[in-house]
Order: sequence, then structure tokens, then C-alpha cells
Amino acid sequence: MRYGTTGSACRALIRRDLLLTWRRRGDALNPTLFALIVVVMFPLALGPEPNQLARIAAGIVFVAILLAGLLALDGLFRGDQEDGTLEQIVLSPHPLPLLLASKIFVHWLTTALPLILVAPLLAEMLFLPPQVLPVLITSLALATPLLSLLGAVCVALTVGMRRSGMLLALLVLPLYVPVLIFAAGACDAAQAGLPYLAPLLWLGAALVLSMVLAPLACAAALRISIS
Amino acid sequence: MSITIRVPIGPALAIRLMRAGYPWPIMTKAETDNSIPLLEARGLAYTRNDEPIFGPLDFSLRAGEVVLVEGDNGSGKTTLLKVLSGLLDPSMGSIRLNGEALTLARLSHQVALLGHLPGLKSDLSPLENLDFAIGVFGLRGGITTRLALSSVGLEGYEDVPTRMLSAGQKKRVGLARLLLVPAALWLLDEPYANLDREGIDLVNRLLDAQARRGGAALVTSHGAYAFTSGTPRRLPLRPPA
Repeated sequence: MRYGTTGSACRALIRRDLLLTWRRRGDALNPTLFALIVVVMFPLALGPEPNQLARIAAGIVFVAILLAGLLALDGLFRGDQEDGTLEQIVLSPHPLPLLLASKIFVHWLTTALPLILVAPLLAEMLFLPPQVLPVLITSLALATPLLSLLGAVCVALTVGMRRSGMLLALLVLPLYVPVLIFAAGACDAAQAGLPYLAPLLWLGAALVLSMVLAPLACAAALRISIS
Repeated sequence: MSITIRVPIGPALAIRLMRAGYPWPIMTKAETDNSIPLLEARGLAYTRNDEPIFGPLDFSLRAGEVVLVEGDNGSGKTTLLKVLSGLLDPSMGSIRLNGEALTLARLSHQVALLGHLPGLKSDLSPLENLDFAIGVFGLRGGITTRLALSSVGLEGYEDVPTRMLSAGQKKRVGLARLLLVPAALWLLDEPYANLDREGIDLVNRLLDAQARRGGAALVTSHGAYAFTSGTPRRLPLRPPA
């Protein structure tokens, strides 16, 4: 008889979700492709004027990545809910918040990390000044996990409903706006040669807070929506 | 030489000892003392939006028993199993598992639920699906995933993606999961659905084995299938008036 530890349960969940993403690796690239398409549209619509594009570059990259993240968010629990594995995960004897935290981590790894990796390319396409790029990457590294964690709570609330896309967007966007303001604010400050550390520290603080609280809220929301 | 500790202890303590690597087989209260039922429901009822779904129900389930929950469509069989597994909170009444309140069920590896949905990832093979189940629920001693799959008649399908399997074969993968996880109480929702005659025999054999090793099972059926081996206790479920 072997009961296994919470650590091994989380590892099993992470391994399974990574394997599932690998089996559908074509779908996994959709958010990245979406962000790329959005960013390509801007120079076409606004004209290829480097100064004009450079001024709004960071904002465009953030909005594109935020919307791409929103696109991927709906799938976080959808598949598991449809085939009944979500029920099994909730029934597991291990702490549900920790299992969900592993699931959110894999979701961030497979949807947000590719976006951070293509961010330098997106920034280059919009003539972002090179000295702003490190600030952009840092603020993305802090903001995207925060978006995944906040989004997961809202997805957990809507998982029991059919066609919850619009409701999910309505729930999620007010929570995403402060993140967007701080992240884009840091890049704006860096571009203007002003100190940019404060908004980054705010993002970091919010990330630490939500790393602790979001999995708990997510577990509570999930228990409500599957009943 | 193996020493068996016969001091009756609660299941929570037993599991804590096993997790801590306690080397001897541990007998829990339920195994030593047959007077405490494995599962006991008193005045159990469930109401959804002021509409009564089932109950109030009084019943108990002892180790070694298989109980057949019978009722028409919509009589609340599935809801009853969800309440007993801890997925839903009962509106009234209490459930005790091994003499302790059910909140422990989530923490104590005691319950395995086989629901309407197979709980399998269609992109993964049966073997990968079962490995995940073991990771999350633990593994019963003396059995491997391959052994479990061959004992439900799925030899040769170990590495086929689950989406290529038929509904009945998926059900069999679910039964293999029951064989692997160390749960004393099985809650089976319509286990006979989608199965051929041989599959129905298989379910009955598994239930027999579960009862013989001191486990228990609660099985729902809308009555279309006869339960062939032995005479299980029946729990009729009628929609509340």
C-alpha cells in the first residue's frame, strides 16, 4: 500500500499537463501566434514611422500579450471539466490549492513563457528603444504569472457554465487593468529616463500576495462551481 | 517476521503513521472492530434550489458489503454518490466514515468514485491515465498498472490513445483505476452501462473481490441489469414527495 506524498501528486499533475500540451503542441502555439498577428497589424494601420511606433510600443506589446493570455485562459479547466478528471482532482486526498497551483504553473509555462520569449521580437518590430527592453522583459516576467493566477480564480468561478467566454472577460478585465497600468507604467518611465523601480516592486508585491492567496481562492471557487 | 498492531486507532492516525513510513501493518478501528460501519448516513437529504433531490435516507455500509442503490431516472442516485464522496455537501443529516465525520474522506484515501464521465484524458494512453491516477490517489500493494489493465481485459491497449477506445473499453480503464487506488469504499455510478455481458461479469467479480478483502461498495443501477453473484442488499431510492 502506497499513499504517495503531496509532492508526488503535484509532480504527477505537472507531468500529465506537460504531456497533454506536448500532444497538442500545435494548439499550444495559438496565443503566441495571436500576439504576433496583433502586433504586426499596428505598423500597417499607423504607418511605419519609427518615432511614433516607439512611443506606443510597450503599450501595444502589453495589450497584445494580455489579450493572448485571455484567449488561452478559458482552456485552463475546461478540458478537465468536460472529461471528468477535474472531479477526480477535487476528490484527491491532497490539498486542492497546491494541486491547482501546479496546474496554474504549467498553464503559465505553456502559454505565457512563449509570449515572453517572443517579446523581444515584438519590441523590435515596433522600434522599442533597446534600453527599455530589459524593463519590458522584467515587467512581463512579473506580470504574466500574476495574470495567470488572477485569471485562474475567475475561470474556476465560470467553469460550470456553458459559453462563459464573455462573462469570463468581464470578470477578469477589472483585475487585469491595475497589472497593465503598473507594467506599462514601468516601461514608460524607463523610456522617459525616469526611475522605473517602484512600479516593478508593486508588481512583485502583488505577485507574491497572489501566489499565496489565488490558489486558495481558486480551490474555493472550483468547489462552488462543480457543485 | 511481521508484527501486526491490534490497537484500534482511528483512520486519520493510521494514515499519518503510514505516511511517516511506519513499518508494520496497521489495523484501523474499522478492520478490528466490526461494530463501526465503514459508512453511515443519518437523515441524509439533498436539496437543490429548494427542490428536494433525495432523502431523508438512513443506511449504513459495513466492511465486506456491496449495496445496490436502485431508483428510476432522476431519483437522485448520482447526487447521492456525489454527496457521499464529499463533492457536494448534504443539505441535511450527517455522514460518518469509519465513525468519523466525512470531511476526513478528502484527506484519507478512503473513497474512490467512478462517475458518469470516465475521468480519462483522451490524448493520453490508458497507461498514462492510470499513472496519473496513482500519482494523485496512491497505489494499492501487489498490483501494477499493466496487471490491472490485463485483468480488466485491456491487454494490448496499454499504449493506444484513449480516444481510440470504445465507451465500454473506457469504462474498463475506469475499473482498472479502482483496482489500483487504495480505497476502502467504492462508489460506482452505473458501472454496468456500456458494458457487454463479459464486462458485467467483470464488474461483479471486482465487487466480489473488493468485498472479500474487507472493502465495501455502493453501486447505482436503474434496475435494467441483474446482479448475478450473491444477493446484494438493496437500497431503494424514490424521489421525495
